[in-house]
Amino acid sequence: MGPESLEAKQQAAIEEILKVYPQKAAKNREKHLGVGTPNDENQKTCGDVRSNKKTVPGVMSQRGCAYAGSKGVVWGPIKDMIHISHGPIGCGQYSRAGRRNYYIGVTGVDTFVTMNFSTDFQENNIVFGGDKKLGIAIDEIETLFPLNNGITVQSECPIGLIGDDIGAVARVKAKELDTTIVPVNCEGFRGVSQSLGHHIANDTVRDFVFDAKVNVDTSDVVATDYDVAIIGDYNIGGDAWSSRILLEEMGLRVVAQWSGDATLKEMALTPKVKLNLLHCYRSMNYISRHMEKEYGIPWIEYNFFGPSQTIKSLRKIAAFFDESVQAKCEEVIAKYQPMIDAVVAKYKPRLEGKTVMLFVGGLRPRHVIGAYEDLGMEVIGTGYEFAHDDDYKRTKEEIFRSTVIYDDVNEYELEAFVKKLQPDLVASGIKEKYVFQKMGLPYRQMHSWDYSGPYHGYDGFAIFAQDMDLAINSPVWAHSKAPWEKEG
Amino acid sequence: MQEVEKIVNGKDLFKRPEYQEVLANKKQFESSMLAINPAKVDEVAEWTKSWDYREKNLAREAITVNPAKACQPLGAVMVALGFEGTMPYVHGSHGCVAYFRSYFTRHFKEPTPCVSDSMTEDAAVFGGLVNMKEGLKNCAAVYKPKMIAVSTTCMAEVIGDDLMAFITSAKEEDGGEFLPMDYPIPYAHTPSFVGSHITGYDNMMHGIMSQLTEGNKGETAQRINIIPGFETYIGSLRSVKSIVEAFGADYIMLGDHSDQWDMPAGNYEMFQGGTKLDDAKDCINSSATISLQKYATAKTMKMVQKRWKHAGGFSNPVGLKGTDEFVMKLSELTGTDVPQKLKIERGRLVDAMQDSYPYMHGKKFAIWGDPDFLLGLVSFLLEMGAEPTHVLCHNAPNGWEAEMRELLDTSPAKDSLNVWAGKDLWAMRSLLFTEPVDFMIGNSYGKELMRDTGTPLIYIGFPIFDRHHLHRYSISGYDGALNLLTWITNKVLDQLDEETKNIATTDYFFDLVR
Ligand code: SF4
Ligand code: SF4
Repeated sequence: MGPESLEAKQQAAIEEILKVYPQKAAKNREKHLGVGTPNDENQKTCGDVRSNKKTVPGVMSQRGCAYAGSKGVVWGPIKDMIHISHGPIGCGQYSRAGRRNYYIGVTGVDTFVTMNFSTDFQENNIVFGGDKKLGIAIDEIETLFPLNNGITVQSECPIGLIGDDIGAVARVKAKELDTTIVPVNCEGFRGVSQSLGHHIANDTVRDFVFDAKVNVDTSDVVATDYDVAIIGDYNIGGDAWSSRILLEEMGLRVVAQWSGDATLKEMALTPKVKLNLLHCYRSMNYISRHMEKEYGIPWIEYNFFGPSQTIKSLRKIAAFFDESVQAKCEEVIAKYQPMIDAVVAKYKPRLEGKTVMLFVGGLRPRHVIGAYEDLGMEVIGTGYEFAHDDDYKRTKEEIFRSTVIYDDVNEYELEAFVKKLQPDLVASGIKEKYVFQKMGLPYRQMHSWDYSGPYHGYDGFAIFAQDMDLAINSPVWAHSKAPWEKEG
Repeated sequence: MQEVEKIVNGKDLFKRPEYQEVLANKKQFESSMLAINPAKVDEVAEWTKSWDYREKNLAREAITVNPAKACQPLGAVMVALGFEGTMPYVHGSHGCVAYFRSYFTRHFKEPTPCVSDSMTEDAAVFGGLVNMKEGLKNCAAVYKPKMIAVSTTCMAEVIGDDLMAFITSAKEEDGGEFLPMDYPIPYAHTPSFVGSHITGYDNMMHGIMSQLTEGNKGETAQRINIIPGFETYIGSLRSVKSIVEAFGADYIMLGDHSDQWDMPAGNYEMFQGGTKLDDAKDCINSSATISLQKYATAKTMKMVQKRWKHAGGFSNPVGLKGTDEFVMKLSELTGTDVPQKLKIERGRLVDAMQDSYPYMHGKKFAIWGDPDFLLGLVSFLLEMGAEPTHVLCHNAPNGWEAEMRELLDTSPAKDSLNVWAGKDLWAMRSLLFTEPVDFMIGNSYGKELMRDTGTPLIYIGFPIFDRHHLHRYSISGYDGALNLLTWITNKVLDQLDEETKNIATTDYFFDLVR
């Protein structure tokens, strides 16, 4: 990089980018872009960016919708329930099995996560309403999938517009069939992104799992002083499993996983745990706060990406428990340290100084920074699809240097930022992957772990390091330029 | 714990004893039946394989399980990306657009540009005019497309937004800064609760062709329009073009996304290739139009044949017969003899079919996909002497079932060949258990069927997410048929090896030469 400071370059990039927009859009987008400085007291949020506002129409936003937040994120991974995509065929088809929420079970018999159940609305359902169809659909599910432990109804856009009452259908059917049926009004037009869908889904967990009788037996599990729940881990590529192992090793008992590889029983058991461990704050802070208020269960946020944050988090968790747990926590840290030292020794020399730009959902844009920095890589830009102010506040503590912050970045902006700041690696979603790869830039998908993972915990960090090395140091990027092309 | 010399990802990591212990330990908190009573799971799993289950399963009327179709705007997005510098613009909620983009991107491993105007709750109440005005302006300013092709999500359709009026008032309000009055913004209503993605394809194609040609009717040129339909094989588009070019014919391919979804590495430009807009505006003046997919272009072709009075009609160049018909149609339309190049290509294909026929002959297949795709593929299977036992089309339009039946009736095995219109892949699961086949042909959704029933899956269709580069090949024309033959035959041979590779038990048919 030239004499210009990183910060000056970042500021200049923002100015340049805004020039293209019509006035109104420029005014809007300006508030969502900024440069963050670590632990800056003067900045209200990282980079003073605004967030959780409507997307500017007509640009290629990466955001999804409330349905994606509820069906795709919160409810969908619960494996022994059947989640109906209620409405026309598309939403459920596009979101089928794309997120890699791993689970153990016999799909189609006692577990159903990778399947797609849809009421496949036709015109007459729009005109005359679809409540009757929903009722029949529930009956058919009960007949053909007798081992399901409950049903959720995930509303797509039309449901809320045609005046259907899925709540009434759910009530009647739940009573008739003596099962758990959860109506979720997560129509895609509600809110501005996935985020409201998380919230709506959290509220329905409260109403239909905590505050209602569920049809699974929880009486065989006797509470202990070491019970915890993992909240906001969707077990992408097995993340929750590589987290769970560490908690168990330090003497805790993980009673529930929310919601990767989860079952209804685990959710129902959670109000009796001693501590809730919250990984994805954005998508599940609501239910954690509720459990705190209602059942007095404290919750803490933790971060199992990269050894520095993992160690910090393990100690923070242990501090809630007695000395035996704290002692075991230190044993765990000591046990894995040699492996981690070896991973860092192996990969840091190959990755040191490489710069990274991130853009992910609601947690990883800050949570994974430490993992990169543990490998000597430098994160110079980050942003969230659907975060709120509280996420951007938390981000201030996670950045290491001047970092360009872009909220709800669209493809035009991300491409422009990358062209101007020239990172060595871009890490974001599937929709942008090939844009940057065309440019010859190493890329990793940070939602699906690019079909690898897990990345959580110590074992996950080793895989993360290996994957970043794979991306950055692959020989394929050098082939873009043909031998007959002139330098420059 | 990881061994740093040999770091493994989840595939092998979770097989290790320490993780197996974690998973076993977790069971005490689970309510899924496998954790409580595995025998019960086995019992129900067995029952799902029975005729009793099949009858109940096929009688479903309200719940769709594992569909094999998608929604209208997806097809509209494909159409738009086949025109020069055109941005697909979906009026409605942006959640859908995120899905369309990732769906196509996962299949093609290519970027898929598409914008929405992000309608939210207030738009649901007041309509989406404000979004449309701002959205079109921003889209034009930021991405500078030559054309914007507007389709709709369910939301906009349910509230009944008037696209034509909205587009006009967006242009008026803009006053020509970003959206001059003559800026092409064709549109189509694409309600997802009607038809499927092929209906959306038809609607958008109709919208673009009718709106761009308005007022352009002039002298007829000796020229053929080709409409590919919802074609997901990039190589097919190229095969078709090369056949037409072999005749030296003047032609316009309407909706040619072969460059857009097959960009070379080196640098990124948002739009590549596509039908030239000048050509699209003039397509009304061609003498003929051939649609390669009848069921994906019904409305469009009605306009072309009834109002435009073009010669041509339908021709599905998949398989030997389909390609022969296409070639003869071109010969007729151009008044030219079949060129030598095509004669040789045909001869080579037939030669290959005669080399490989023993392996496909009499083999039973289950196959699913779009209606026109199925007509082509089934025809090819019959040409090889194979038996398409189950032909399933979830998004079958009126008339398709009868046409497919007629095709199957040309087979000597006709009595054991079944058409399943409007059924989904969970129905297919029952069919495979009760009336098994040797192979399946279909998209990635067949993966779980492969696992459950043990039937080998030959990946041909859309979407294919978990195998690479197949979409780059052709399944159309003589060269495309050769690809089909190669894929299917070699899968049959792979399976033969699979079944005969056991040392000292079945290895007597494990031949080196076949
Ligand atoms: S809301 Fe409608 S248009 Fe959008 S993905 Fe779902 S079915 Fe398709
Ligand atoms: S980590 Fe990000 S992508 Fe994953 S659920 Fe949370 S917000 Fe969504």
